[in-house]
Amino acid sequence: MTDERRDIDDHSGIETTGHSWDGIKELNNPLPRWWLYIWYATIAWAIVYMIFMPALPALPGLGTNTTGLRNHSDRDLVAVAVADLKAARVDQSATLLEASLEEIETDRNLQQFALAMGESLFGDNCATCHGAGGRGAVGYPSLADDVWLWDGTLDGIEFTLRHGIRHDGDDETRFSIMPAFGRDGLLNAAEVGALSQHVLMLAGREADVEEAKIGAGLFSIHCATCHGDMGQGDRTQGAPNLTDTEWLYGDSEGEIYATIYNARNSHMPAWQDRLDDASIKALAVYVHTLGGGE
Amino acid sequence: MGLMNNHGILERHSILLTIGILVVVSIGGIIQMAPLMYMDNTIEKVDGMRPYTPLELAGRDIYIREGCYVCHSQMVRPLRDEVERYGHYSLAAESMYDHPFQWGSKRTGPDLARVGGKYSAEWQVDHLIDPRALVPESVMPPYAFLMDKKLKYDGIEDRLRTERLVGVPYTDEMIANAKGHILAQADPDNRGFDYYDSLVAEYEAAAGREGTVELRDWDGNPNEITEMDALVAYLQMTGTLVDFTTYEADDLSNRR
Repeated sequence: MTDERRDIDDHSGIETTGHSWDGIKELNNPLPRWWLYIWYATIAWAIVYMIFMPALPALPGLGTNTTGLRNHSDRDLVAVAVADLKAARVDQSATLLEASLEEIETDRNLQQFALAMGESLFGDNCATCHGAGGRGAVGYPSLADDVWLWDGTLDGIEFTLRHGIRHDGDDETRFSIMPAFGRDGLLNAAEVGALSQHVLMLAGREADVEEAKIGAGLFSIHCATCHGDMGQGDRTQGAPNLTDTEWLYGDSEGEIYATIYNARNSHMPAWQDRLDDASIKALAVYVHTLGGGE
Repeated sequence: MGLMNNHGILERHSILLTIGILVVVSIGGIIQMAPLMYMDNTIEKVDGMRPYTPLELAGRDIYIREGCYVCHSQMVRPLRDEVERYGHYSLAAESMYDHPFQWGSKRTGPDLARVGGKYSAEWQVDHLIDPRALVPESVMPPYAFLMDKKLKYDGIEDRLRTERLVGVPYTDEMIANAKGHILAQADPDNRGFDYYDSLVAEYEAAAGREGTVELRDWDGNPNEITEMDALVAYLQMTGTLVDFTTYEADDLSNRR
Protein backbone atom coordinates (compact mmCIF):
# COMPACT_ATOMS: atom_id res chain seq x y z
CA MET A 1 0.00 0.00 0.00
CA THR A 2 1.62 3.19 -1.12
CA ASP A 3 0.75 6.74 -0.31
CA GLU A 4 -0.46 7.45 -3.83
CA ARG A 5 -3.25 4.93 -3.37
CA ARG A 6 -4.42 6.40 -0.09
CA ASP A 7 -7.78 8.01 -0.38
CA ILE A 8 -8.64 10.63 2.24
CA ASP A 9 -12.22 11.56 2.88
CA ASP A 10 -12.64 15.28 2.35
CA HIS A 11 -15.22 15.81 5.03
CA SER A 12 -13.65 13.99 8.00
CA GLY A 13 -10.04 13.82 6.89
CA ILE A 14 -9.96 10.06 7.62
CA GLU A 15 -8.62 7.48 5.23
CA THR A 16 -11.25 5.39 3.41
CA THR A 17 -11.06 1.72 2.55
CA GLY A 18 -10.93 2.60 -1.09
CA HIS A 19 -14.13 0.73 -1.90
CA SER A 20 -16.85 2.70 -3.56
CA TRP A 21 -20.51 1.71 -3.84
CA ASP A 22 -22.51 4.12 -5.97
CA GLY A 23 -20.09 6.79 -4.89
CA ILE A 24 -20.46 5.99 -1.18
CA LYS A 25 -17.18 5.25 0.56
CA GLU A 26 -16.39 3.55 3.85
CA LEU A 27 -14.09 5.17 6.39
CA ASN A 28 -11.21 2.98 7.55
CA ASN A 29 -11.08 3.49 11.32
CA PRO A 30 -8.52 0.99 12.56
CA LEU A 31 -8.93 -0.89 15.84
CA PRO A 32 -7.45 0.96 18.82
CA ARG A 33 -3.81 0.08 19.28
CA TRP A 34 -4.18 -0.92 22.92
CA TRP A 35 -6.92 -3.38 21.97
CA LEU A 36 -4.86 -4.85 19.18
CA TYR A 37 -1.78 -5.34 21.37
CA ILE A 38 -3.78 -7.11 24.04
CA TRP A 39 -5.15 -9.36 21.38
CA TYR A 40 -1.63 -10.18 20.12
CA ALA A 41 -0.60 -10.81 23.70
CA THR A 42 -3.37 -13.38 24.23
CA ILE A 43 -2.22 -15.21 21.11
CA ALA A 44 1.31 -15.27 22.42
CA TRP A 45 0.03 -16.43 25.82
CA ALA A 46 -1.92 -19.27 24.21
CA ILE A 47 1.28 -20.54 22.60
CA VAL A 48 3.18 -20.32 25.90
CA TYR A 49 0.31 -22.11 27.64
CA MET A 50 0.33 -24.90 25.08
CA ILE A 51 4.02 -25.44 25.68
CA PHE A 52 3.84 -25.54 29.46
CA MET A 53 0.42 -27.03 30.20
CA PRO A 54 -1.45 -30.09 28.92
CA ALA A 55 -3.25 -28.61 25.93
CA LEU A 56 -3.54 -30.80 22.88
CA PRO A 57 -5.96 -33.69 23.36
CA ALA A 58 -3.93 -36.09 21.27
CA LEU A 59 -1.91 -36.05 18.13
CA PRO A 60 -2.29 -38.92 15.67
CA GLY A 61 0.02 -41.71 16.67
CA LEU A 62 0.40 -40.27 20.17
CA GLY A 63 -1.97 -42.20 22.38
CA THR A 64 -2.38 -39.63 25.09
CA ASN A 65 -2.69 -35.90 25.45
CA THR A 66 0.36 -33.68 25.65
CA THR A 67 1.41 -33.16 29.24
CA GLY A 68 3.30 -29.92 28.76
CA LEU A 69 6.61 -28.89 30.33
CA ARG A 70 5.03 -28.35 33.73
CA ASN A 71 3.51 -31.84 33.71
CA HIS A 72 0.43 -30.44 35.37
CA SER A 73 -2.38 -32.71 36.58
CA ASP A 74 -5.37 -31.71 38.70
CA ARG A 75 -5.52 -35.26 40.00
CA ASP A 76 -1.90 -35.10 41.16
CA LEU A 77 -2.51 -31.77 42.82
CA VAL A 78 -5.46 -32.99 44.82
CA ALA A 79 -3.53 -36.07 45.90
CA VAL A 80 -0.76 -33.79 47.16
CA ALA A 81 -3.22 -31.46 48.86
CA VAL A 82 -4.93 -34.33 50.67
CA ALA A 83 -1.57 -35.80 51.64
CA ASP A 84 -0.49 -32.41 53.03
CA LEU A 85 -3.67 -32.20 55.06
CA LYS A 86 -3.14 -35.68 56.45
CA ALA A 87 0.48 -34.84 57.27
CA ALA A 88 -0.60 -31.71 59.10
CA ARG A 89 -2.91 -33.81 61.20
CA VAL A 90 -0.54 -36.67 61.64
CA ASP A 91 1.21 -35.49 64.81
CA GLN A 92 -2.02 -35.14 66.72
CA SER A 93 -3.57 -38.12 64.96
CA ALA A 94 -0.59 -40.24 65.89
CA THR A 95 -1.06 -39.47 69.54
CA LEU A 96 -4.75 -40.25 69.13
CA LEU A 97 -3.85 -43.58 67.58
CA GLU A 98 -1.43 -44.46 70.36
CA ALA A 99 -3.56 -43.33 73.23
CA SER A 100 -6.42 -45.40 74.56
CA LEU A 101 -9.88 -43.90 74.38
CA GLU A 102 -9.82 -43.32 78.15
CA GLU A 103 -6.51 -41.47 77.93
CA ILE A 104 -7.86 -39.28 75.14
CA GLU A 105 -10.82 -38.35 77.23
CA THR A 106 -8.84 -37.50 80.35
CA ASP A 107 -5.87 -35.72 78.76
CA ARG A 108 -6.93 -32.12 78.20
CA ASN A 109 -4.99 -31.47 75.00
CA LEU A 110 -5.89 -34.76 73.41
CA GLN A 111 -9.48 -34.35 74.41
CA GLN A 112 -9.69 -30.89 72.93
CA PHE A 113 -8.26 -32.10 69.66
CA ALA A 114 -10.48 -35.17 69.54
CA LEU A 115 -13.59 -33.16 70.30
CA ALA A 116 -12.86 -30.56 67.62
CA MET A 117 -12.16 -33.29 65.10
CA GLY A 118 -15.16 -35.31 66.25
CA GLU A 119 -17.49 -32.35 65.98
CA SER A 120 -16.70 -31.65 62.35
CA LEU A 121 -16.84 -35.34 61.44
CA PHE A 122 -20.12 -35.73 63.29
CA GLY A 123 -21.62 -32.78 61.45
CA ASP A 124 -21.03 -34.30 58.05
CA ASN A 125 -21.39 -38.01 58.68
CA CYS A 126 -23.60 -38.56 61.72
CA ALA A 127 -25.83 -35.53 62.21
CA THR A 128 -27.86 -36.43 59.13
CA CYS A 129 -29.48 -39.20 61.16
CA HIS A 130 -28.69 -38.48 64.80
CA GLY A 131 -29.29 -34.74 64.53
CA ALA A 132 -27.04 -31.83 65.40
CA GLY A 133 -25.47 -32.45 68.79
CA GLY A 134 -26.84 -36.00 68.68
CA ARG A 135 -30.35 -34.94 69.67
CA GLY A 136 -31.87 -37.81 67.69
CA ALA A 137 -35.16 -38.10 65.84
CA VAL A 138 -37.97 -40.62 65.61
CA GLY A 139 -36.25 -43.85 64.62
CA TYR A 140 -32.76 -42.42 65.16
CA PRO A 141 -31.47 -42.70 68.71
CA SER A 142 -30.51 -39.63 70.67
CA LEU A 143 -26.83 -39.81 71.58
CA ALA A 144 -27.08 -36.99 74.08
CA ASP A 145 -28.98 -38.94 76.75
CA ASP A 146 -27.91 -41.85 78.93
CA VAL A 147 -30.18 -44.41 77.28
CA TRP A 148 -28.19 -46.83 75.15
CA LEU A 149 -29.54 -49.62 72.99
CA TRP A 150 -26.27 -51.50 72.64
CA ASP A 151 -23.37 -50.05 74.55
CA GLY A 152 -22.60 -46.60 75.87
CA THR A 153 -19.02 -47.19 76.94
CA LEU A 154 -16.14 -45.69 74.98
CA ASP A 155 -15.13 -49.07 73.59
CA GLY A 156 -18.73 -49.96 72.85
CA ILE A 157 -19.30 -46.74 70.93
CA GLU A 158 -16.10 -47.30 68.96
CA PHE A 159 -17.21 -50.83 68.10
CA THR A 160 -20.59 -49.59 66.90
CA LEU A 161 -18.90 -46.93 64.78
CA ARG A 162 -16.57 -49.47 63.21
CA HIS A 163 -19.01 -52.23 62.49
CA GLY A 164 -22.38 -50.53 62.35
CA ILE A 165 -25.70 -52.03 63.29
CA ARG A 166 -27.26 -54.68 61.05
CA HIS A 167 -24.83 -53.65 58.34
CA ASP A 168 -24.76 -56.13 55.48
CA GLY A 169 -21.13 -55.92 54.52
CA ASP A 170 -19.66 -56.44 58.00
CA ASP A 171 -19.35 -59.81 59.72
CA GLU A 172 -18.92 -58.32 63.19
CA THR A 173 -21.77 -55.87 62.94
CA ARG A 174 -24.16 -55.63 65.88
CA PHE A 175 -27.06 -57.83 64.90
CA SER A 176 -30.47 -58.90 66.10
CA ILE A 177 -33.81 -59.19 64.37
CA MET A 178 -37.19 -58.37 65.83
CA PRO A 179 -39.85 -60.44 64.06
CA ALA A 180 -42.75 -58.64 62.41
CA PHE A 181 -45.30 -60.33 64.64
CA GLY A 182 -48.38 -59.06 62.84
CA ARG A 183 -47.18 -58.78 59.28
CA ASP A 184 -45.57 -62.20 59.23
CA GLY A 185 -48.61 -63.80 60.86
CA LEU A 186 -47.03 -64.86 64.16
CA LEU A 187 -49.82 -63.11 66.06
CA ASN A 188 -53.25 -61.93 64.99
CA ALA A 189 -54.39 -58.34 65.30
CA ALA A 190 -56.19 -58.93 68.60
CA GLU A 191 -53.09 -60.49 70.12
CA VAL A 192 -50.90 -57.62 68.94
CA GLY A 193 -53.46 -55.26 70.50
CA ALA A 194 -53.30 -57.13 73.82
CA LEU A 195 -49.51 -57.06 73.73
CA SER A 196 -49.57 -53.30 73.13
CA GLN A 197 -51.67 -52.90 76.28
CA HIS A 198 -49.18 -54.96 78.27
CA VAL A 199 -46.28 -52.90 76.94
CA LEU A 200 -48.12 -49.71 77.90
CA MET A 201 -48.51 -51.17 81.38
CA LEU A 202 -44.80 -52.04 81.56
CA ALA A 203 -44.02 -48.43 80.83
CA GLY A 204 -46.25 -47.41 83.73
CA ARG A 205 -48.86 -45.92 81.48
CA GLU A 206 -52.62 -46.17 81.44
CA ALA A 207 -53.75 -49.45 79.89
CA ASP A 208 -56.66 -51.80 79.58
CA VAL A 209 -56.03 -54.19 82.49
CA GLU A 210 -57.96 -57.16 81.05
CA GLU A 211 -56.21 -56.90 77.69
CA ALA A 212 -52.87 -56.42 79.38
CA LYS A 213 -53.34 -59.69 81.27
CA ILE A 214 -53.69 -61.58 78.01
CA GLY A 215 -50.77 -59.58 76.69
CA ALA A 216 -48.59 -60.57 79.66
CA GLY A 217 -48.86 -64.23 78.69
CA LEU A 218 -47.95 -63.49 75.10
CA PHE A 219 -45.10 -61.27 76.26
CA SER A 220 -43.41 -64.06 78.22
CA ILE A 221 -43.61 -66.35 75.18
CA HIS A 222 -42.70 -63.99 72.36
CA CYS A 223 -40.88 -60.99 73.81
CA ALA A 224 -39.19 -61.90 77.08
CA THR A 225 -36.23 -63.72 75.47
CA CYS A 226 -34.91 -60.41 74.18
CA HIS A 227 -36.66 -57.71 76.17
CA GLY A 228 -36.42 -59.59 79.49
CA ASP A 229 -39.17 -60.90 81.77
CA MET A 230 -39.92 -57.47 83.14
CA GLY A 231 -39.30 -55.70 79.83
CA GLN A 232 -36.05 -54.32 81.17
CA GLY A 233 -34.33 -54.87 77.82
CA ASP A 234 -31.06 -56.54 76.92
CA ARG A 235 -28.10 -54.56 75.68
CA THR A 236 -26.32 -57.60 74.23
CA GLN A 237 -29.14 -57.88 71.70
CA GLY A 238 -29.92 -54.22 71.34
CA ALA A 239 -33.37 -54.88 72.81
CA PRO A 240 -34.61 -51.64 74.31
CA ASN A 241 -35.80 -51.25 77.87
CA LEU A 242 -39.60 -51.04 77.69
CA THR A 243 -40.08 -49.76 81.22
CA ASP A 244 -38.53 -46.33 80.81
CA THR A 245 -39.95 -43.21 79.18
CA GLU A 246 -37.65 -43.26 76.16
CA TRP A 247 -39.40 -44.44 73.00
CA LEU A 248 -37.42 -44.48 69.79
CA TYR A 249 -40.46 -45.01 67.59
CA GLY A 250 -43.09 -43.15 69.58
CA ASP A 251 -44.98 -44.00 72.75
CA SER A 252 -48.61 -43.75 71.66
CA GLU A 253 -50.75 -46.87 71.69
CA GLY A 254 -50.94 -46.80 67.88
CA GLU A 255 -47.20 -46.46 67.48
CA ILE A 256 -46.48 -49.30 69.88
CA TYR A 257 -49.01 -51.43 68.01
CA ALA A 258 -47.26 -50.58 64.72
CA THR A 259 -43.90 -51.45 66.21
CA ILE A 260 -45.07 -54.91 67.30
CA TYR A 261 -46.99 -55.47 64.07
CA ASN A 262 -44.23 -54.46 61.60
CA ALA A 263 -41.11 -54.80 63.78
CA ARG A 264 -38.35 -52.25 63.98
CA ASN A 265 -34.90 -53.19 62.82
CA SER A 266 -32.97 -50.03 62.27
CA HIS A 267 -29.69 -49.96 60.48
CA MET A 268 -26.47 -48.04 60.89
CA PRO A 269 -23.69 -48.25 58.31
CA ALA A 270 -20.24 -49.47 59.33
CA TRP A 271 -17.79 -46.61 59.16
CA GLN A 272 -14.41 -48.31 59.35
CA ASP A 273 -14.04 -48.40 55.57
CA ARG A 274 -15.04 -44.77 55.13
CA LEU A 275 -13.18 -43.16 58.03
CA ASP A 276 -9.63 -43.70 59.24
CA ASP A 277 -8.80 -44.98 62.71
CA ALA A 278 -8.01 -41.59 64.18
CA SER A 279 -11.33 -40.21 62.95
CA ILE A 280 -13.26 -43.10 64.47
CA LYS A 281 -11.49 -42.64 67.81
CA ALA A 282 -12.20 -38.93 67.77
CA LEU A 283 -15.84 -39.61 66.99
CA ALA A 284 -16.12 -42.19 69.77
CA VAL A 285 -14.80 -39.66 72.28
CA TYR A 286 -17.07 -36.95 70.89
CA VAL A 287 -20.19 -39.12 71.09
CA HIS A 288 -19.22 -40.31 74.56
CA THR A 289 -19.07 -36.73 75.80
CA LEU A 290 -22.35 -35.64 74.21
CA GLY A 291 -24.17 -36.24 77.43
CA GLY A 292 -24.69 -39.85 78.33
CA GLY A 293 -21.41 -41.70 77.99
CA GLU A 294 -20.86 -44.54 80.44
CA MET B 1 1.54 -8.69 1.34
CA GLY B 2 0.25 -9.55 -2.10
CA LEU B 3 -1.99 -12.33 -0.87
CA MET B 4 -3.67 -10.09 1.67
CA ASN B 5 -4.61 -7.62 -1.03
CA ASN B 6 -6.44 -10.27 -2.99
CA HIS B 7 -9.34 -10.55 -0.57
CA GLY B 8 -11.37 -8.73 -3.20
CA ILE B 9 -11.57 -12.02 -5.11
CA LEU B 10 -13.26 -13.75 -2.15
CA GLU B 11 -15.53 -10.83 -1.48
CA ARG B 12 -16.80 -10.68 -5.00
CA HIS B 13 -17.59 -14.39 -5.42
CA SER B 14 -20.21 -15.59 -2.99
CA ILE B 15 -19.57 -19.31 -3.58
CA LEU B 16 -15.86 -18.89 -2.92
CA LEU B 17 -16.67 -16.85 0.18
CA THR B 18 -19.06 -19.54 1.46
CA ILE B 19 -16.48 -22.27 0.94
CA GLY B 20 -13.85 -20.12 2.65
CA ILE B 21 -16.10 -19.54 5.65
CA LEU B 22 -16.87 -23.28 5.92
CA VAL B 23 -13.17 -24.13 5.88
CA VAL B 24 -12.29 -21.62 8.58
CA VAL B 25 -15.22 -22.46 10.85
CA SER B 26 -14.69 -26.21 10.63
CA ILE B 27 -11.09 -25.95 11.83
CA GLY B 28 -12.32 -25.41 15.39
CA GLY B 29 -14.74 -28.30 15.14
CA ILE B 30 -12.17 -30.65 13.66
CA ILE B 31 -9.67 -29.89 16.39
CA GLN B 32 -12.28 -30.68 19.03
CA MET B 33 -13.72 -33.79 17.45
CA ALA B 34 -11.03 -35.48 15.43
CA PRO B 35 -8.94 -36.68 18.42
CA LEU B 36 -11.98 -38.53 19.80
CA MET B 37 -11.89 -40.74 16.69
CA TYR B 38 -8.46 -42.19 17.42
CA MET B 39 -7.80 -41.49 21.12
CA ASP B 40 -8.02 -44.57 23.31
CA ASN B 41 -8.10 -42.93 26.74
CA THR B 42 -10.98 -40.50 26.94
CA ILE B 43 -12.40 -42.73 29.67
CA GLU B 44 -10.21 -44.34 32.32
CA LYS B 45 -10.03 -48.09 32.43
CA VAL B 46 -11.41 -49.12 35.81
CA ASP B 47 -12.61 -52.31 37.47
CA GLY B 48 -16.14 -52.76 38.71
CA MET B 49 -18.34 -50.66 36.44
CA ARG B 50 -21.50 -52.42 35.34
CA PRO B 51 -24.76 -51.23 33.73
CA TYR B 52 -27.57 -50.22 36.08
CA THR B 53 -29.91 -53.00 37.09
CA PRO B 54 -33.47 -52.45 35.84
CA LEU B 55 -34.63 -51.30 39.29
CA GLU B 56 -31.73 -48.85 39.61
CA LEU B 57 -32.37 -47.58 36.10
CA ALA B 58 -36.05 -47.03 36.95
CA GLY B 59 -34.95 -45.21 40.09
CA ARG B 60 -32.59 -43.09 38.06
CA ASP B 61 -35.45 -42.16 35.74
CA ILE B 62 -37.44 -41.05 38.79
CA TYR B 63 -34.42 -39.06 39.99
CA ILE B 64 -34.42 -37.23 36.67
CA ARG B 65 -38.21 -36.93 36.49
CA GLU B 66 -38.36 -35.29 39.91
CA GLY B 67 -35.57 -32.92 38.99
CA CYS B 68 -33.23 -33.97 41.78
CA TYR B 69 -30.38 -32.73 39.58
CA VAL B 70 -31.66 -29.18 39.96
CA CYS B 71 -30.25 -29.09 43.48
CA HIS B 72 -27.86 -32.04 43.59
CA SER B 73 -24.81 -32.59 41.41
CA GLN B 74 -23.14 -35.96 40.98
CA MET B 75 -19.55 -34.97 40.51
CA VAL B 76 -16.90 -34.84 43.19
CA ARG B 77 -14.32 -32.43 41.83
CA PRO B 78 -10.60 -32.99 42.36
CA LEU B 79 -10.36 -30.38 45.11
CA ARG B 80 -9.11 -31.08 48.60
CA ASP B 81 -12.20 -30.03 50.49
CA GLU B 82 -14.53 -32.01 48.24
CA VAL B 83 -12.41 -35.14 48.42
CA GLU B 84 -12.33 -34.77 52.22
CA ARG B 85 -16.10 -34.52 52.46
CA TYR B 86 -17.44 -36.71 49.69
CA GLY B 87 -14.68 -39.21 48.99
CA HIS B 88 -12.61 -40.01 45.92
CA TYR B 89 -13.08 -37.54 43.07
CA SER B 90 -15.42 -38.75 40.34
CA LEU B 91 -14.00 -40.51 37.31
CA ALA B 92 -15.30 -40.20 33.77
CA ALA B 93 -15.71 -43.98 33.80
CA GLU B 94 -18.27 -43.72 36.57
CA SER B 95 -20.65 -41.86 34.27
CA MET B 96 -20.06 -43.93 31.17
CA TYR B 97 -23.44 -45.66 31.43
CA ASP B 98 -25.27 -42.44 32.33
CA HIS B 99 -27.56 -41.10 29.63
CA PRO B 100 -27.66 -38.25 30.42
CA PHE B 101 -24.90 -37.80 33.00
CA GLN B 102 -25.68 -35.95 36.22
CA TRP B 103 -22.61 -33.78 36.58
CA GLY B 104 -23.05 -30.19 37.55
CA SER B 105 -21.82 -27.43 39.77
CA LYS B 106 -25.12 -26.16 41.14
CA ARG B 107 -25.44 -27.47 44.63
CA THR B 108 -28.34 -26.41 46.79
CA GLY B 109 -28.10 -29.82 48.40
CA PRO B 110 -24.94 -31.88 48.81
CA ASP B 111 -23.26 -33.77 45.99
CA LEU B 112 -24.72 -37.25 45.59
CA ALA B 113 -22.03 -38.92 43.50
CA ARG B 114 -20.95 -41.06 46.48
CA VAL B 115 -23.99 -41.04 48.70
CA GLY B 116 -24.50 -44.77 48.09
CA GLY B 117 -24.19 -46.61 51.41
CA LYS B 118 -23.25 -43.50 53.34
CA TYR B 119 -26.58 -43.56 55.11
CA SER B 120 -28.98 -46.44 55.64
CA ALA B 121 -31.78 -47.16 53.18
CA GLU B 122 -34.23 -46.53 56.03
CA TRP B 123 -32.76 -43.07 56.43
CA GLN B 124 -33.12 -42.35 52.72
CA VAL B 125 -36.79 -43.36 52.90
CA ASP B 126 -37.52 -41.36 56.06
CA HIS B 127 -35.65 -38.39 54.66
CA LEU B 128 -37.44 -38.47 51.31
CA ILE B 129 -40.80 -38.68 53.10
CA ASP B 130 -40.10 -35.72 55.34
CA PRO B 131 -36.65 -34.14 55.05
CA ARG B 132 -37.20 -31.68 57.88
CA ALA B 133 -38.08 -34.40 60.38
CA LEU B 134 -34.43 -35.43 60.22
CA VAL B 135 -32.62 -32.29 59.08
CA PRO B 136 -34.55 -29.32 60.45
CA GLU B 137 -32.60 -26.75 58.43
CA SER B 138 -33.19 -28.56 55.12
CA VAL B 139 -35.02 -26.81 52.26
CA MET B 140 -35.66 -30.01 50.34
CA PRO B 141 -39.29 -30.65 49.36
CA PRO B 142 -40.89 -33.85 50.68
CA TYR B 143 -41.37 -36.80 48.31
CA ALA B 144 -43.74 -38.85 50.45
CA PHE B 145 -45.94 -39.62 47.46
CA LEU B 146 -43.28 -41.97 46.09
CA MET B 147 -44.37 -44.42 48.78
CA ASP B 148 -47.87 -44.58 47.31
CA LYS B 149 -46.93 -44.78 43.67
CA LYS B 150 -46.49 -48.28 42.34
CA LEU B 151 -43.49 -48.56 40.11
CA LYS B 152 -44.54 -48.88 36.47
CA TYR B 153 -42.13 -51.15 34.67
CA ASP B 154 -44.17 -52.59 31.81
CA GLY B 155 -41.76 -51.23 29.23
CA ILE B 156 -38.55 -51.92 31.13
CA GLU B 157 -37.22 -54.27 28.41
CA ASP B 158 -37.53 -51.52 25.82
CA ARG B 159 -35.96 -49.10 28.26
CA LEU B 160 -32.93 -51.39 28.50
CA ARG B 161 -32.86 -51.82 24.72
CA THR B 162 -32.77 -48.06 24.33
CA GLU B 163 -29.80 -47.87 26.64
CA ARG B 164 -28.11 -50.63 24.65
CA LEU B 165 -28.68 -48.61 21.49
CA VAL B 166 -26.55 -45.80 22.89
CA GLY B 167 -23.79 -48.10 24.03
CA VAL B 168 -24.65 -49.60 27.41
CA PRO B 169 -23.65 -53.28 27.28
CA TYR B 170 -26.89 -54.95 28.35
CA THR B 171 -26.91 -58.59 27.32
CA ASP B 172 -29.89 -60.37 25.78
CA GLU B 173 -30.36 -62.25 29.07
CA MET B 174 -30.44 -59.02 31.05
CA ILE B 175 -33.13 -57.63 28.76
CA ALA B 176 -35.17 -60.83 28.69
CA ASN B 177 -35.13 -61.11 32.49
CA ALA B 178 -35.55 -57.41 33.23
CA LYS B 179 -38.99 -57.68 34.85
CA GLY B 180 -37.87 -60.61 36.96
CA HIS B 181 -34.76 -58.70 37.98
CA ILE B 182 -36.89 -55.85 39.29
CA LEU B 183 -38.86 -58.30 41.40
CA ALA B 184 -35.66 -59.94 42.58
CA GLN B 185 -33.97 -56.74 43.65
CA ALA B 186 -36.97 -55.26 45.46
CA ASP B 187 -38.60 -58.42 46.77
CA PRO B 188 -35.89 -61.09 46.84
CA ASP B 189 -37.58 -63.34 49.41
CA ASN B 190 -40.88 -63.70 47.70
CA ARG B 191 -41.89 -62.81 44.16
CA GLY B 192 -38.38 -62.29 42.89
CA PHE B 193 -36.99 -65.49 44.32
CA ASP B 194 -36.67 -67.27 40.95
CA TYR B 195 -34.66 -64.43 39.45
CA TYR B 196 -32.39 -63.88 42.45
CA ASP B 197 -29.48 -65.94 41.12
CA SER B 198 -29.67 -64.68 37.56
CA LEU B 199 -29.74 -61.01 38.69
CA VAL B 200 -26.68 -61.42 40.87
CA ALA B 201 -24.81 -63.58 38.38
CA GLU B 202 -25.40 -61.42 35.31
CA TYR B 203 -24.66 -58.05 36.85
CA GLU B 204 -21.71 -59.23 38.89
CA ALA B 205 -20.30 -60.78 35.75
CA ALA B 206 -20.63 -57.40 34.05
CA ALA B 207 -18.96 -55.72 37.01
CA GLY B 208 -16.24 -58.33 37.18
CA ARG B 209 -16.43 -58.51 40.95
CA GLU B 210 -18.76 -59.65 43.69
CA GLY B 211 -20.90 -57.64 46.04
CA THR B 212 -22.03 -54.95 43.65
CA VAL B 213 -25.73 -55.88 43.60
CA GLU B 214 -27.76 -55.33 46.73
CA LEU B 215 -31.13 -57.06 47.01
CA ARG B 216 -33.64 -56.13 49.68
CA ASP B 217 -36.91 -54.45 50.38
CA TRP B 218 -35.86 -50.84 50.10
CA ASP B 219 -38.78 -48.80 51.32
CA GLY B 220 -39.94 -50.80 54.34
CA ASN B 221 -43.05 -52.00 52.54
CA PRO B 222 -42.36 -55.50 51.20
CA ASN B 223 -45.86 -55.91 49.80
CA GLU B 224 -45.48 -53.47 46.95
CA ILE B 225 -42.76 -52.32 44.62
CA THR B 226 -43.05 -48.56 44.77
CA GLU B 227 -41.19 -45.72 43.14
CA MET B 228 -39.54 -45.24 46.53
CA ASP B 229 -38.02 -48.73 46.21
CA ALA B 230 -36.52 -47.82 42.86
CA LEU B 231 -35.21 -44.40 43.85
CA VAL B 232 -33.59 -45.62 47.07
CA ALA B 233 -32.09 -48.64 45.27
CA TYR B 234 -30.51 -46.18 42.85
CA LEU B 235 -29.32 -43.77 45.54
CA GLN B 236 -27.78 -46.56 47.58
CA MET B 237 -25.54 -47.69 44.71
CA THR B 238 -24.34 -44.33 43.40
CA GLY B 239 -20.57 -44.14 43.35
CA THR B 240 -20.04 -47.60 44.83
CA LEU B 241 -19.14 -49.58 41.71
CA VAL B 242 -15.54 -48.70 40.92
CA ASP B 243 -12.97 -50.72 42.79
CA PHE B 244 -10.59 -47.99 43.88
CA THR B 245 -8.09 -50.46 45.30
CA THR B 246 -7.15 -51.30 41.72
CA TYR B 247 -7.35 -47.77 40.33
CA GLU B 248 -3.95 -46.28 39.51
CA ALA B 249 -4.19 -42.52 39.64
CA ASP B 250 -0.53 -42.19 38.62
CA ASP B 251 -0.97 -44.02 35.37
CA LEU B 252 -0.18 -41.72 32.48
CA SER B 253 -3.49 -42.43 30.78
CA ASN B 254 -5.36 -41.56 33.98
CA ARG B 255 -3.80 -38.11 34.27
CA ARG B 256 -6.17 -35.20 33.84
